[in-house]
Amino acid sequence: MLSFQDLILTLHAYWGKQGCVILQPYDMEVGAGTFHPATTLRSLGPQPWNAAYVQPSRRPTDGRYGENPNRLQHYYQYQVIMKPSPANLQELYLGSLVEIGIDPLVHDIRFVEDDWESPTLGAWGLGWEVWCDGMEVTQFTYFQQMGGFDCKPVAGELTYGLERLAMYIQGVDSVYDLKFNDAGVTYGEVFLENEKQMSKWNFEVADTEKLFRWFKDCQAEWRQCIDANIPLAAYDQAIKASHVFNLLQARGVISVQERASYMGQVRDMAKGSCEAWIASNADEWSVKFPGWTA
Amino acid sequence: MTDFLLEIRCEEIPARMQVKASEDLARLFGEELGRAGLTPGAIDSFVTPRRLALIARDLPLETAAVSEEFKGPRTNAPAQALEGFLRKTGLTQDQLEDRDGVWFAVVNKPGRATADVLAQAVPAVIRAFPWPKSMRWGTASQTTESLRWVRPLKGIVAILGEDLVDIDVEGVRSSYATLGHRFHHPGEITIGSAHDYVEKLRACHVIVSHPERQAIIADKAAQAAAAHGYTVIEDKGLVAENAGLTEWPVPLLGDFDPAFLEVPPEVIQLTLRINQKYFVLRDAAGTLAPAFICTANIEAKDGGAAIVAGNRKVLAARLSDARFFWEQDKKTALADHAKKLERITFHEKLGTVADKVERVAKLARWLVEEDIVKGADADLAEQAARLAKADLVTEMVGEFPELQGIMGGYYARAEGLPDVVADAIRDHYKPVGQGDDVPTAPITVAVSLADKLDTLVGFFGIEQGPTGSKDPFALRRAALSVLRLLETNGLRLNLKKAHAFALTDHVYRHVFLNTKALADVDAQTLAKFGFDPAKVTELEWQAANLGRPEIKSFVGAFASSDLPFLDFFADRLKVQQKEAGVRHDLIDAVFALGQATGKIEDDLVRLLARVHALQSFVATDDGVNLLAGYKRAANILKKEAGDLPTGNTALSYTPEIAEAALIAALDVAEPRAAQAIAAEDFEGAMAALAALRAPIDAFFESVTVNDSDADKRAARLALLARVRDAVHTAADFSKITG
Repeated sequence: MLSFQDLILTLHAYWGKQGCVILQPYDMEVGAGTFHPATTLRSLGPQPWNAAYVQPSRRPTDGRYGENPNRLQHYYQYQVIMKPSPANLQELYLGSLVEIGIDPLVHDIRFVEDDWESPTLGAWGLGWEVWCDGMEVTQFTYFQQMGGFDCKPVAGELTYGLERLAMYIQGVDSVYDLKFNDAGVTYGEVFLENEKQMSKWNFEVADTEKLFRWFKDCQAEWRQCIDANIPLAAYDQAIKASHVFNLLQARGVISVQERASYMGQVRDMAKGSCEAWIASNADEWSVKFPGWTA
Repeated sequence: MTDFLLEIRCEEIPARMQVKASEDLARLFGEELGRAGLTPGAIDSFVTPRRLALIARDLPLETAAVSEEFKGPRTNAPAQALEGFLRKTGLTQDQLEDRDGVWFAVVNKPGRATADVLAQAVPAVIRAFPWPKSMRWGTASQTTESLRWVRPLKGIVAILGEDLVDIDVEGVRSSYATLGHRFHHPGEITIGSAHDYVEKLRACHVIVSHPERQAIIADKAAQAAAAHGYTVIEDKGLVAENAGLTEWPVPLLGDFDPAFLEVPPEVIQLTLRINQKYFVLRDAAGTLAPAFICTANIEAKDGGAAIVAGNRKVLAARLSDARFFWEQDKKTALADHAKKLERITFHEKLGTVADKVERVAKLARWLVEEDIVKGADADLAEQAARLAKADLVTEMVGEFPELQGIMGGYYARAEGLPDVVADAIRDHYKPVGQGDDVPTAPITVAVSLADKLDTLVGFFGIEQGPTGSKDPFALRRAALSVLRLLETNGLRLNLKKAHAFALTDHVYRHVFLNTKALADVDAQTLAKFGFDPAKVTELEWQAANLGRPEIKSFVGAFASSDLPFLDFFADRLKVQQKEAGVRHDLIDAVFALGQATGKIEDDLVRLLARVHALQSFVATDDGVNLLAGYKRAANILKKEAGDLPTGNTALSYTPEIAEAALIAALDVAEPRAAQAIAAEDFEGAMAALAALRAPIDAFFESVTVNDSDADKRAARLALLARVRDAVHTAADFSKITG
């Protein structure tokens, strides 16, 4: 039975063999693996790109002070991005399930319609949530647009919920009971205290005045980066602003009406970064990939 | 004659799209063949998550040769005309025929090989396929012009008889090869012809027929349930959805901890059905059973034990969440939940849901105090209205929005509120659709009616009534619900008065809330206006003086929204009655009464009683004859364009017998009809009028209206006008056809 860390190592080995670059997590707070520039920015443009990585994901509003066995404000996603989407992506994905010990003639694997959309990234795609015995274990998406721009070509994205998958494989009912390794360390020992303290900070302590200020600062810094034509740096500021917005939501200081406006501001920053990224690469891309146009 | 098999294989098609896609494929394919002059004997359609297929039966191997004749220009027409005709027909001049000075062309089109027609038809169908949502994929998607399909297209099988039809759609080429079940038969299988398609796939664990998979799911689920002494709660939509998620459906039964049954059954059902696509079961006593049926897509090696165990676990986690919400929500009283409604916007111009609740509470109380809704306690009605929307901010309704109302009812009961209040909270959204139950419990009726009237008055006040097919706030449904509430409960609601009451509260709240920010003094000034409709213009004036023109126009729009509001109800009522099978001319006959007098009937119960009495009356002999007499009178009067003498003046001559009889009959019938109408006894009024039938007939038989004596003529015309007016007290018979 795979420990949590062996699950990750197995997936790394598998996707590495399929030609993916095995990256390390992006070193910033993000809400999902999709925010990693290796997905957001690299899914734009014609150059082939295959990568896999673990991304710690922060969802402040999902915190439950360590009291709910299924909900965390910090958890791990395993992210695979392949561009252009290979013709056998479904088969590759099913191969990874077999690799981690899920036999599709014993377990019921289903592709259930689920169209994906990220309003803050201006992105959408079509695909499925993959069910294993009635449990959603992976989001499988063919990106159609990112940052408001058509994906040319389309990338296939797989997002595994690692804790959920591990709980399933290990047969435990609480995330905190997961075996982290084979030497007796549990997930709870590593992260329970973290969940308690961060939930408290997210919901109760975080200084909202500072958060509002940080949001504005990110916007200003983003503008500077765009003006300096450094889209990668600009995108970092978009990510930061997005996380600050999530924290403000958790603090409950953003009304329903304001929410749409803040999301629009984050989206504008993400889109602007994507636009600048395309603009700074378009000449090279059109030369290397005849027929491609921005 | 031979059969053609087409299979279009792709990655998993969303379950909800499959049946429509299957129909679209057959239709589009049939149309393409039709254009080439081919008509198959029949088209059989198949669909699974991974393939759309059809078999077109009895196709000829080639299309019939056709000869078409075209008429051209005259032989003496200018040269350009002839050139144009030659271009169009593709012929040369010596191939044309001269028939009496006109060029004719006969174009012979030889028959085409059916295989060629198919090779063109299939790509055309694929490119034009109307998926609700489609996508690009793979290397080809480097341009946005690449082929779109619902999910990546994987393969095409196209076999005419036993021959492959060569098709190439953006690199996907037709072949004899397809795939069986994703896990049971991962390798390729070869199809020989349309004849072995269905059975070959069945042997490879794919049931291509959607209806057959549905039947298997329904039957095996019923068997599995029966084996445990349960029955499946029928759910055709769920059967179809599961048939759309499986190529080889295997229903499996699992159980859950009976302790979860303390959570309301609606919550458990939704968790099973919506989240997990499981069938819900009942035990012998008819109550919810602690078990479920999931539909797997494999014949598992272990007989399904691992699948059931996995699904049980997922369900347990879901039900734990639901129980957590249920317990969490109960910790807060509904009145406290209701406070959070301030955070939810109802409509930007109509305030928050908390504002709406305030208005609905006042309106519900008013409906009871005015004795419009009888037998209710005003305090309880107001209380129910204040709590009716509170569940919108509970965790459970956040998770399952379709449980709004229902959860509020449970929470109200759990905190010990009176049953009538809990029932009203639960049922106040009703009636939702045409088939939905109409509440009859007085407090529920008051809250439901107040909720809908407030919505209608509000949106008409901000000029957001429905236009054409657009009805974003579902106002037509709300109005229909009001009508059904009034009709079912026989409520005497004066719509104009209700509008005035609701409107004042809307305006008051809006102006008050918008202006209180200006200065506290203004708020106090405005507060004193209270809820008197007469003060609307004063509010307008006040608003103008506050230098807030947008408030002035808001108040103005509200103040003039009564007519559109009443007209809208009249229209809805007409639509509703027509749908209920009432003749539209009878509805018009009753509605026209108000239009003629300028007094719009705003009591719908009275209006309906009149329509129904009229409908019965015109079906009787008396009705038919009175109508005939009326029409005759009306036609004569219509020719008299000028002013007609009216009234019951003394005659200057001795009336003929039939004339005197009609006058006498009118003298009796008029007051009787009037009395009956005053008492709202419309059958009685019609019966009184029916007594006019014989005298009218006799009058027309023996009396000349168009007498040479001007006095006689005038008096008789006046008498006919009396007849017409008497009949009009019941309905405008001129609108009645036949």
